[in-house]
Parts: sequence; structure tokens; C-alpha cells
Amino acid sequence: MKEIVVISGKGGTGKTSITASFAHIAGEEIIVADCDVDAADMHLLMGPDFGQSEDFYSGELAYIDQDACIKCGKCQEVCRFDAIPIIDGQYIVDPLECEGCGYCARICPTEAITNSEQNVGKWLLSGIRTGASMVHARLNIGAENSGKLVAKVKNEAKAIAEEKNKRAVLVDGSPGIGCPVVSSLSGAAFTVLVTEPTVSGLHDLKRVYTLVKKFGIKAGCIINKADLNETVLGDTKIFLSEEDIVLLAEIPYNDKFTEAMTNGKTVVEWDTELGKIVSGSWEKIKEIVKL
Amino acid sequence: MKIVFTAKGTGLDSAMDPRFGRTEFFVIYDEESESIDSYDNRAIENEAHGAGPKTAQKLAEYGVQVLITGNGPGNNAARVLQAAGTKVYVGAGDMTVREALEAYKKGELKEF
Amino acid sequence: MKIAIASGKGGTGKTTLSTNLASYIAESRDCVLADLDVEEPNSGLFIKGELIHVEDKFKMIPEWNRETCELCGNCQKVCNFNAVLKMGKMIMVFPELCHGCYACSELCPTGSLPMKFKKMGELKSYRTGNLHFIESRLIIGEEQAVPLIKQTIDYVNENFDMEMIKIYDSPPGTSCPVIEATKDADLVILVTEPTPFGLHDLKLAVETVKQLGKPFVVVINRHGIGNDGVERYCKEDDIEIIARVPNDRLIAETYARGDLLYPVIPSVKEAVKVISGYIESFKRGEK
Repeated sequence: MKEIVVISGKGGTGKTSITASFAHIAGEEIIVADCDVDAADMHLLMGPDFGQSEDFYSGELAYIDQDACIKCGKCQEVCRFDAIPIIDGQYIVDPLECEGCGYCARICPTEAITNSEQNVGKWLLSGIRTGASMVHARLNIGAENSGKLVAKVKNEAKAIAEEKNKRAVLVDGSPGIGCPVVSSLSGAAFTVLVTEPTVSGLHDLKRVYTLVKKFGIKAGCIINKADLNETVLGDTKIFLSEEDIVLLAEIPYNDKFTEAMTNGKTVVEWDTELGKIVSGSWEKIKEIVKL
Repeated sequence: MKIVFTAKGTGLDSAMDPRFGRTEFFVIYDEESESIDSYDNRAIENEAHGAGPKTAQKLAEYGVQVLITGNGPGNNAARVLQAAGTKVYVGAGDMTVREALEAYKKGELKEF
Repeated sequence: MKIAIASGKGGTGKTTLSTNLASYIAESRDCVLADLDVEEPNSGLFIKGELIHVEDKFKMIPEWNRETCELCGNCQKVCNFNAVLKMGKMIMVFPELCHGCYACSELCPTGSLPMKFKKMGELKSYRTGNLHFIESRLIIGEEQAVPLIKQTIDYVNENFDMEMIKIYDSPPGTSCPVIEATKDADLVILVTEPTPFGLHDLKLAVETVKQLGKPFVVVINRHGIGNDGVERYCKEDDIEIIARVPNDRLIAETYARGDLLYPVIPSVKEAVKVISGYIESFKRGEK
């Protein structure tokens, strides 16, 4: 069972549209995992049934028991995040500021402070309209994605893949360069980098590739909106060949991407021409990872 | 010499786990006695951040000289492994533990 | 007067709007543009100015003193972030994981983990005409964007007049970094696309700014594409849409080159003019 992870440093390159298209082509062969939990949009194209869901806890938050508090103010003194203001004469933890370091609880003389795990959202298991299963997540407002949540989503997806004897897990990876994307990449057999030939697209592609390279994961690249700028397209291709990244496809700039999404469809269902290009790149990926 | 593998199970025929920090198990192989031991690392699921260094620390307690894994540890974990004097070999993510051991003996794995 | 430009989803045109709006305003008066997307700062690709100031930004992390340490392991026990580990006869600190809570340092019985400065990023200040452009960039591998965002906002507040219009290009998403970037703002402008993805993420962004109790308005980018879902949602929830930037391939091409849009595309100029007008009347308390 192999993990194929789709990432892009920059937002708006079409990563999710392309991942959803792969999911559509592969149908029941694979299990889908949406690890882009900050902007979890893939379900909008996949028609999930939200079959099962479970609360997810991550990080800690301090809580002050007012009955036990003797108002000595030590907690406020040691808190480096200004997270314990006095409201109506009581020391209260501000949940948006508290980092959950636990220092206050450790020094409280009356043990009035407890640190408890924070409910940050839920993870879901859905049947989707391709006949496959999809694991995804929903974060609460202000909650942060973490390596832990990404690992949870991927682990659930992998467990189902093993159980149902599927050959691959297709992962819509997290954005950025932090812990969640590291967790998305760990365990990947192949990474698909989605980019666009814009100065910011190339800039962010290079930044995220440093991570992929460090892990020594084989990578391929899809250049979306490829005809937007010839110069940057050229620079992107030079970068790909220097780094030995397989060019999987060049997709022309086309509003049909948005049209398909607006109609709740993947682009392979919506437009034959674009569909061919995307299917072609999926075939290449299958060949490379020997699916 | 002790060789440790990141694995999805506890025996020689278990599949390798390509991940380091969040690997499910370690299979520990003692070359001298040809004996097998294992460690259940699944409690690592509860760590939001810093799973890599934590796992590396656990490994150091076992006093292993060689680590064989799939994609390799992140920067922080690599620092701990280096401090512990553990050599790391990568590229065995698709194998079973037994296959990975063979590949290591034949010198087919890449040093991280 | 601080205006945060934000969006739930990446790639909706936050940076495009921020850079064009700030440059347009700067044609007639002083204006500050601060790129607070410190993980992937991109505004600088569109603003070419003279570099006038650079400073390193630091966070505080513990540093182990081998001489005085008795290896009791208390530091490891009190760290909630796996940032301090005891390895045999050695204490290892992982700066990227450290939140700077001081617990290990202050609770160490022998004072063997004094807090020291550690560079987490760099702040640069540029100037072109009336435009003051501030950019902060986090070092790759650093996990904590929030302290750098906070310090960048502090820098802006200390160095520029209260009355001056300040545009904050915020990080995407709905988590801690975007909250840090918007909680100091007087007005939040949410940029979205009229598509199902755009609508879904706009709703999350609206929830976030509502929780912060900030006044906010919406700008629709790539207007004409997609459907009327965003328009309907805004109408039903009584959210004001102050401008619509049309969907235009020429815009995408100009952006791809790293050029500003409003000098060459009349529809964009019209939009930034309307938005700047809105900001003016908001400032006068008319909105």
C-alpha cells in the first residue's frame, strides 16, 4: 500500500481540484485522505456522506478553578503569553492566548489550575460518490492544524486501505512549510507538486521542495495555468530538470476548472480536453510508483 | 551490534513503516545472538509536535548502533540520533523487515 | 488606522489586493504595507523599493549549561512541547519546538538553562515614494509564526503615526497566525472568489472575525466566474461587498510577471479606488 501526497507551497494553484480529479479517476482503487484541514474543500467535490465522526483533541489549555484560587497572582506573573487577565476580580484564562505550556499549573500553590486537552475539531470518515472512502477533518475556529491531526487522518485512511486491500492512499497535503506538511510527507512513496508559472508560484515551489528533497521522496510536478507566463514557465522547467523532478503535465489556463468546481464536479468529468491531460498525469504517476 | 527497523508490526516479516517519528513499532535485531525484540511506539500518536526527537530518545535507550527506515528522520530527530551515535540508513520503506535487513547487509541502502 | 486583508483560503488574491491598494493609496499620501504572512511572504515580489532598514528578530530559548547541570531531568518533565530532552548525560534543546514559556529555565533547581536570544526571522523595511513596506520572513523550520507577527506589528506601531493608513497582508487560514494579524486591526477586508471553495472558506473567515468582534467587509475577486453563492450568502447575512474585481486573463498574466495591476488594468484601478474611498469614509466614522 502506497501513499501518494499532493502538495503546493502556494494557495490557489488548483491542488485540490487536481487531487479530486485523481480520486475520481482512481475510483474504488484507493482511499482518499484530506490533510489540508485549514482549508478543507475537497469534500465539496466528493459528495461525502459524513458517515462517522469523532472529536479530536490536541494541545492543552489551562483552566482555573475559582473555588480553589487564592488570588496570589503567581500564574499571571509566570505566564509569558499574557493569557491570564483579571476579569471581575478573578484570574481567568484567555483561550485564544493560552499556549498550553502548563507552567501556571505547575507553580500554583493550591493546585487550582488544571491543564486539559483541547477539543480542536473532529475527524470524519465518509463514503464518497466514487465508491471509495475518504477520511477528512474539520477544525474549530482559531484551532491550529498539527502534525498530530494530519497523522490521525492519514492513519485512519491507511488502516482502511489495509483492511479493504486497497493499493494506495491519495493525500491532499497541508499547505506551508511547517509541522503539518512534514507530517503529510512522512511516509510518502511519491509527491505531486502542483504549481503555476507566476513569480510567487515558483518562489513557493522552491521553498516547499526543500522539504521534499530532505526526505528523499520521489517527486513529480504539474504546472497548472502553464501558458500564463512563458519566462516563468521556462524557469520552472529548468528548476524541475535540475532537481530531477518529473514533469507530469502542463495544463493550460482555463476557466473550466472553476466551472467544474462550481458545479460540484471534478475537471475530468467536466471537460474532455483537460480531462485527458489530468488522466495522463495520473497514468504516469501509477507507472512511476508501480500501482 | 543492534540494528533497529521502523515497522508496522513486531516481527521480521512485518512491513516496514516508512515514517520515523510516528512509526508504529520498532523491530530490534541483535546481530550477535540473532534475537528479535520489539517496541510498541504507538503512544506517540498523542504528541502534537516533536514526535521525531521523542522517538529518537526512546531509541537511544535501547543502545542501537544502526537505524533502518524509509524516508528518514527530520532535522530535530537527526540531531538526537547523531548525539546517540546511531547511523541511519534510508530507502527501505517499501520492504518487509527481513528484506530491509538483507538489503542492508548487501550494502544496498543509502546512508542518511 | 489599520486594515487587515485576510481570507480563509489561500490564493484568492490577498497579496494582489494588499500590494495594489497600498501602492494606489501611496500615490496621494503616506501608507504602510506590512506583509504578515511570515511563512510565505510574497508582497515583496510586487513592491520594488529602496531597502532602508534590516533587523533580526529574536525569540527567547533556553541554553544548557553543562557545568552546573545536575541532570535531574526536571526540564524535560515540565516541557509540554518536547523541546527539551535529556539524552544520557546531556540536555538537548530544540529551538523550533520551543514556545518560550520559560518553565524549564525558571524551574531548574540549579539555574542551568538560562534563556538566551535566538534568531527566528528577519524584518526588512523598504521605501518607495510614500509607501513604507515592511516584510518579515520566518527562518525555514521555525514553527512559531505568531511571535514574529506580533513583533512586526509592534514595529509598525512604534515607527509610524497612528493616523497613517496601514495595510496588513495577513496569513491565510483561520488559526492562530491570522488571529494574531487581525486582532489589532480596525477593519478587516475579506477577499474571496465567487466559487464553492471560496464560499466555504469565506464562511470560516467570517466566523473568525466575528469571534474577534471586528468590523469587516468583503471584496470579491475573479467576479463573473463561478456562481452567485457568495453574493447570496453576503446578502442573507447582511455583509457588505464593497468591490468586485472582474475575472480577466490579463490580470492573471500581469500577476504572473510580478507586476502591479492597477496602473495597466482600468477595472482594477476602479476597484482599488472604491476600496480606498471606503477606507477613507470608515476612518471618518461614516461607516
